[in-house]
Amino acid sequence: MMINGILTFLSVIGRYFLSFLRHTGRLAEFTAISVFHVFRPPFYFRTLGRQMVEIGYFSLPVVGLTAIFSGMVLALQSHTGFARFSAEGAVATIVVLSMTRELGPVLAGLMVAGRVGASMAAEIGTMRVTEQIDALTTLSTNPFKYLVAPRLLAGTLMLPVLVLIADVIGVFGGYLIGTYKLGFNPANYIARTWEFLEPMDVISGLVKASVFGFLITLMGCYNGYQSRGGAQGVGQATRNAVVSASILILVFNYLITELFFSR
Amino acid sequence: MTEAVPKLRLRGLHKSFGPKVVLDGVDLDVMPGESVVVIGGSGTGKSVMLKCILGLMRPDSGSIQVDGEEVVGISARERERVNHKFGMLFQGAALFDSLPVWENVAFGLIQGSRMPRKQAREKAIEKLLAVGLKEDVADLSPSELSGGMQKRVGLARAIADEPEIIFFDEPTTGLDPIMADVINDLIVKCVKDLGATTLSITHDMASASKIADRVAMLWQGRLIWVGPASEVFTSGNEYVDQFVHGRAQGPITMQVRK
Ligand SMILES: Nc1ncnc2c1ncn2[C@@H]1O[C@H](COP(=O)(O)OP(=O)(O)OP(=O)(O)O)[C@@H](O)[C@H]1O
Ligand SMILES: [Mg+2]
Repeated sequence: MMINGILTFLSVIGRYFLSFLRHTGRLAEFTAISVFHVFRPPFYFRTLGRQMVEIGYFSLPVVGLTAIFSGMVLALQSHTGFARFSAEGAVATIVVLSMTRELGPVLAGLMVAGRVGASMAAEIGTMRVTEQIDALTTLSTNPFKYLVAPRLLAGTLMLPVLVLIADVIGVFGGYLIGTYKLGFNPANYIARTWEFLEPMDVISGLVKASVFGFLITLMGCYNGYQSRGGAQGVGQATRNAVVSASILILVFNYLITELFFSR
Repeated sequence: MTEAVPKLRLRGLHKSFGPKVVLDGVDLDVMPGESVVVIGGSGTGKSVMLKCILGLMRPDSGSIQVDGEEVVGISARERERVNHKFGMLFQGAALFDSLPVWENVAFGLIQGSRMPRKQAREKAIEKLLAVGLKEDVADLSPSELSGGMQKRVGLARAIADEPEIIFFDEPTTGLDPIMADVINDLIVKCVKDLGATTLSITHDMASASKIADRVAMLWQGRLIWVGPASEVFTSGNEYVDQFVHGRAQGPITMQVRK
């Protein structure tokens, strides 16, 4: 009895492990083929342009709103927190460092994952289940080149741009609260913002953004591409794309931070 | 007879999904300029057979030759070249809903043959007229068209790049009898104009007798009967007989009930 139970348990673990390996293998293959096609002509500039506008321009409102409220709440929170040991002067520095290094890329990444990752998975998933992807192949067009590569490239290029804008808006949000509510002198606040900021703070944030952009679009395309079986399959693909992109963003956020600042 | 190379040659094609055997040794030759129709019940693997030929699925074993060239297991690049010879009308039309109608039709011209967009548009409109659609549908989205119009756009897309071999997967399913006959006429006309070789799938015997030179019947993973279209109603094969007359009683039902 006991041994049987253990064996059943082990076989369940084994099955999960095998399915995990199978998924990882499939994802690795998908990634390799897609990246290969990013660098291999022909290039579809029209699709690339459309995706860049979709990801970069149409995400601006969502990302901008997220950024300004994050900057504002950062200023408020750090002010009350640091007041306890009379270090209120650090508010400007805290806001700019948190925005550029962490909150800018992570929050923008998560918002774009919800917006862009989901719609990509739904679009490509629908194309899969309605045989549009098969139709591409029969028209001598490689779906990786036509559908996946431009999206990956657009995500990788546009997320840093979005994050740079988010950084500026976030810092501006902090400035608003700092000067209007917390009584900082505007010139002083701006000087404090620049005082301790190093290029690496911004650069690390932009590198993160680029990696997140790649991960979001990869998850959107991969899950869409693998979807099977009608509307339900597309729904699952959409959910999986958002969940897996969000988790990967948080994991890679830690790893990249470790890489940049652990020295 | 031996000197002519078949346009399409299938030998011993096998395909299973897990324990389920779908194709179990399909052999078929399609000669240049010939029109072959494959009939067979729902779920017998007709679409799977087409997908194997188009390289959308990989057969477990067997050989597929196009113009005498083996195409099973060729690279993606080679596949692009071979697929240039093919045109395909999908069962559900499979139009790209992110593109307007004319770009759907011109897709193979722009992406595959690198034709300038302006010229491709003119060619696309020419093809739309050829399948009996008006010029003003060119800028509509595929979702704004009726099912029959979508099928016609699919047909225009399949013939736009003037392929040597055209596949039709159930071109008339889901259409009213008049529209079905219109599509049949269009297929016959397009094929004549292009001089293309065709392989079609259908359940619809009216359609089959209209477009076929030869008919093949798929049953339990094999082509159990291949013969001239004129003999399909007098084949003497009880499976074919039951199918073409649409009778519930016969060997096929007994197999299903078992
Ligand atoms: N991707 C797949 N995975 C698993 N099984 C499949 C797959 N594609 C097809 N099948 C199975 O193969 C069998 C044949 O399918 P196919 O689509 O070729 O039928 P068909 O002859 O075209 O039928 P219909 O006339 O209804 O279109 C079906 O039983 C189906 O369940
Ligand atoms: Mg079918």
